Amino acid sequence: MCVRDRGRSLSSINMCERQRSLFAIMTLELFLDLHSQPCRAVYIFAKKANIPFEFKKVDLASGQQYGEEFGKLSIVRKVPVLRDGDFILTESIAILMYLAEKFATPDHWYPVALQQRARVNEYLSWQHKAIRENGSKIFWFRAMVPLLTGAPVGQERMDSAMEDLTSALAVFEQKFLQQRCFITGKDISLADLVAIVELMQPVGTGLDVFEGRPSLSAWRDRVKKEIGASLFDEAHQVIMNVHMLPQVFEDNGMLELMKPQLKKLFN
Amino acid sequence: MALELYLDLYSQPCRSVYMFAKKNNINFDFKKISLFGGEQYGEEFGKINMIRKAPAMRDGEFCLAESIAIMTYLAEKFQTPDHWYPADLQKRARVNEYLAWQHTAVRMHGSKVFWLRVLIPKLLGEEVPKDKMAAALEDLDGSLKLIEEKFLQDRPFIAGNEISLADVVAIVEIMQPVGSGLDVFESRPKLSAWKDRVQAALGPELFDEAHQIILNAREMADNMDINTLQAFKPKLLRLFL
Repeated sequence: MCVRDRGRSLSSINMCERQRSLFAIMTLELFLDLHSQPCRAVYIFAKKANIPFEFKKVDLASGQQYGEEFGKLSIVRKVPVLRDGDFILTESIAILMYLAEKFATPDHWYPVALQQRARVNEYLSWQHKAIRENGSKIFWFRAMVPLLTGAPVGQERMDSAMEDLTSALAVFEQKFLQQRCFITGKDISLADLVAIVELMQPVGTGLDVFEGRPSLSAWRDRVKKEIGASLFDEAHQVIMNVHMLPQVFEDNGMLELMKPQLKKLFN
Repeated sequence: MALELYLDLYSQPCRSVYMFAKKNNINFDFKKISLFGGEQYGEEFGKINMIRKAPAMRDGEFCLAESIAIMTYLAEKFQTPDHWYPADLQKRARVNEYLAWQHTAVRMHGSKVFWLRVLIPKLLGEEVPKDKMAAALEDLDGSLKLIEEKFLQDRPFIAGNEISLADVVAIVEIMQPVGSGLDVFESRPKLSAWKDRVQAALGPELFDEAHQIILNAREMADNMDINTLQAFKPKLLRLFL
């Protein structure tokens, strides 16, 4: 590949076939299933920042992550996964930071300024066991558990999960957002991106977490606008059609495999 | 005004921050906060961290929660040696990868084992069903296995030849179940060798000092007022059982 072509978009590079096939080998691969919140964050960021990548679809519902091929990629058996030449990386947060640095994305995504960066890091750390955990739990309780057990989740457990999600949302609004447009201030960052994909998970089950929360709704609108409605909707299409998922699981024989794991995860 | 670190060394993330700051000679005011005493729910602490958890940092007017955010802030601000949080893209990614993974893996599993073995029976007067204990130990085992097989492999430390934030965060979490009397290093020679290296890199004195409280956890639980945690009983039972 001609050195002078680096930095230009794929379509504007005049490559011969051999160069094209070389480029394909060298292109970054992102192993994703858009049912997964962290996959959506990585997908949206890479697209928005015009990072060239090959989308390698992983079908979680069919258990592809448990297969031999995937195991060679990552023994953690989760998505997303990044492969950049010989370098394989798991964990969406690590992937997002790697991409931001490698492709020198606009500063606001992961600001260099000490305190701004700390605010992003603070959110990215807190969210694992707060918004992410509780949003996922609601998703499973509403969409998956009734299918697996043949009965809806007990009211007490559902109420308790809703209470936890509500508390997490309160902290999100009162600490991480406050009166700001975005988590770090006037610009969108990785923190907002990671937040929005997690909040969309329960929304996919028909639970509108934004209803009755005007401040949160306004933030959602701003985030969607910054990302671009088209990209946002594209990334969220599968989760918004999640009512199809139980049948997919059943068809693939994944139910029996998932039951013990889910039991442990969600008590 | 010196930097303030609000810490309770019962807490794993507090120990990481403590050891990292001390090892790097970062000048700070140790503000002891007693989690079992409920001090995190006080008005004063609420102004520092409304999430009401430890550790928390106050640097002038800037307050920060979350140990990982605090340590990366300190590493940058005080320009600590590169190996703690390497500038190299791939090495840093390795550290970030571990720091992200551990929240819902070894941290969660190690904490649960500690609570099930020490605090739930003693303070809450609840028997832990055998199957729950077995499941918790199995999960911890799974996490420790991944640490060995993915995060360490044949490297001396997680990011390579030198200790980083990843190793510090890993060791404090693994020490939590150790504090419950469970020797997780026995029968895990690779993990044990890594632990020795981490201890040596941090300094045995600092390591022991940071871990004194957790290693005396069982004794402390015996002497603890049973009423201390009663208010949190329903929530704790829901969390761990």
